[in-house]
Amino acid sequence: MVKVTLDNVSKFFGKVKAVVDLNLEVRDGEFVALLGPSGCGKTTTLLMIAGIYKPTKGRILFDEVDVTDLPPKDRNIGMVFQSYALYPHMTVYDNIAFPLKLKKVPKHEIDKKVKEVAKLLQIDNLLNRKPAQLSGGQQQRVALGRALVKEPDVLLLDEPLSNLDAKLRVMMRAEIKRLQKELKITTIYVTHDQVEAMSMADRIAVMRAGRLQQYAEPEVLYNKPINLFVAGFIGNPPMNFIEGSIKEENGEYYFESEGLKLKLSKDLGELVASKSTDVVLGIRPEHIRVITSGEVDNAIDATVYVIEPLGRDLVINVKVDNTLLKILSTPGLKLEPGQKVKLVFPEEKIHFFDKYTEKAII
Amino acid sequence: MSRLSREELARRKMHARIRTIIKYVIVIVVAVIPLIPVWVMFLWLLAQSFSAKVTFGVIPQVFTLENWKFLWAPFKMGLKEYPNIWPITMNTLFLALGVAALEVLISSMAGYALSRMNFPGRIGLMQFIIALHAFPSVILLIALFIILNKMGLYGKGYMTLLGIIIIKAGLEIPMASWIIKGFFDAIPWDLEWAALVDGCTRWRVWRSVILPLVLPGIGAISIFAFLSGWAEFLLVYTYVVGEEYYTLPVLIYYLIGELKFVNWGMLAAVGLFFTIPTLIFFSTTQKLLLRIYVGGVKR
Repeated sequence: MVKVTLDNVSKFFGKVKAVVDLNLEVRDGEFVALLGPSGCGKTTTLLMIAGIYKPTKGRILFDEVDVTDLPPKDRNIGMVFQSYALYPHMTVYDNIAFPLKLKKVPKHEIDKKVKEVAKLLQIDNLLNRKPAQLSGGQQQRVALGRALVKEPDVLLLDEPLSNLDAKLRVMMRAEIKRLQKELKITTIYVTHDQVEAMSMADRIAVMRAGRLQQYAEPEVLYNKPINLFVAGFIGNPPMNFIEGSIKEENGEYYFESEGLKLKLSKDLGELVASKSTDVVLGIRPEHIRVITSGEVDNAIDATVYVIEPLGRDLVINVKVDNTLLKILSTPGLKLEPGQKVKLVFPEEKIHFFDKYTEKAII
Repeated sequence: MSRLSREELARRKMHARIRTIIKYVIVIVVAVIPLIPVWVMFLWLLAQSFSAKVTFGVIPQVFTLENWKFLWAPFKMGLKEYPNIWPITMNTLFLALGVAALEVLISSMAGYALSRMNFPGRIGLMQFIIALHAFPSVILLIALFIILNKMGLYGKGYMTLLGIIIIKAGLEIPMASWIIKGFFDAIPWDLEWAALVDGCTRWRVWRSVILPLVLPGIGAISIFAFLSGWAEFLLVYTYVVGEEYYTLPVLIYYLIGELKFVNWGMLAAVGLFFTIPTLIFFSTTQKLLLRIYVGGVKR
């Protein structure tokens, strides 16, 4: 197992800057997710770690060894592709045995290892089939088996679950996480699904347009997003954003937007106002409280727009003037579209971002 | 929607039936009728070769194997007498297999390079390949003669046939590379990358992973190469001097052309004999050939 370090790595395809000055350190045995929308450079990063792309600039280190110029075969990595990339002309057994054959491992040992891995992934009854005869979930396991059988130092996973149906995906999520913890292989996992990243990874690197936005533990990303992009990308339903400005009236601070005036505590108001007055307020759907009757201090008037019951949760869409907000609530609340309600934003749960730099103020 | 009346429904059914009939008529006119002359020619060959006498050109009269004697008995062509047809068949086979082997070997590598590797002038080269195909071998005859002569391959029996193999393969490799490139294109990069990660060199990826997946393409180009070598006339006719090194197409030519007397029965039999490999190939590999235009790997 090794520590993987990306030192100022960039990759340009002609004029397209796929990855720009990426610095990333993956600790020995750590499970790191590269998260971002499609085209953000996460797969390119993975392929550079694999050695398939050569970085335009920068270095890649495994432990302290510079592997930037090493071909893929000399890096001892295992990789699972989004398409699984199983060899269609080989049986499952031969697919898994292929990396060992290339390493010139003796035959009886190959046999032993293939069977071990097949058992671990519960595909031992499929060894004589061809990939075309397998279901998506089975193909995925075979691909994983092929990556694991050579006992790689680093395991690279490129959206391995995106071709599976929803139920299987949830199952494999837990399984991959368990395997990784059991085998303690340094793992880098590329995904655009924030739920996958949050539920599996020890740390998540959020990328956007080739640049690293934030690299932190899932809770930190969730509770302390560094900018608007990260705040909007992590969490489902996503964080609500309201553009507005900070106003001071008679020594009291207010956040003002169309149809909305929210009084802030003096400390918070001063802090935000000292940084910027044009701001974006962010609040997570589960942090907004809905009040259906009675007077409450510092509440916001809203109209119920649409209700989405999800069984365990209830997503309430409300309109504050023309801004649509999503609220996550427990079922049991009796609401009708068009009904007037009041919203309470607990101050400790509010995020403020600079409208122009998009950076978090608090 | 209002309900259809009984008459209206009947009328529509009638229309649908007429449309179907018209479709079949068009198919017959376009696809079947043009085939009739071709079939008649084959029938003529068959009838002529196995009978001593035919009426109306296609109706055989007396069954005989006289015309097929060339398979085991000596026959004369011009002044030269051959023991039987097999030495010439072997020459033809040597030429055809040689062309096929050389063409498959080179175009499968060239096609891979064109499909997968980035090198300066790749696009230009591909355009050039298509342009190359515009030159028929006739206009190259003199230049090729000089080259063969300089290389000492003219009038040297099997060495000349070898020279013809090289020329023939050289003329066809561009197109074959182009065809096989399409098959390589259809293989996803993921597969190649997976093999690299698994520990292959680029060469090993080509050999162990990519090549098995383009086998239909290789099969197809080898068949085309074989048949074009088998049927090659002009180059053999021009460059081969010794009569014992002739191939079947040249033999057939002399059967028609020599001495103004044509043995139609024997000509038909040799003609049929000549088509046997073609028939075997097409009947056994039809599926493979059809996939040329579909291309790619089943995934």
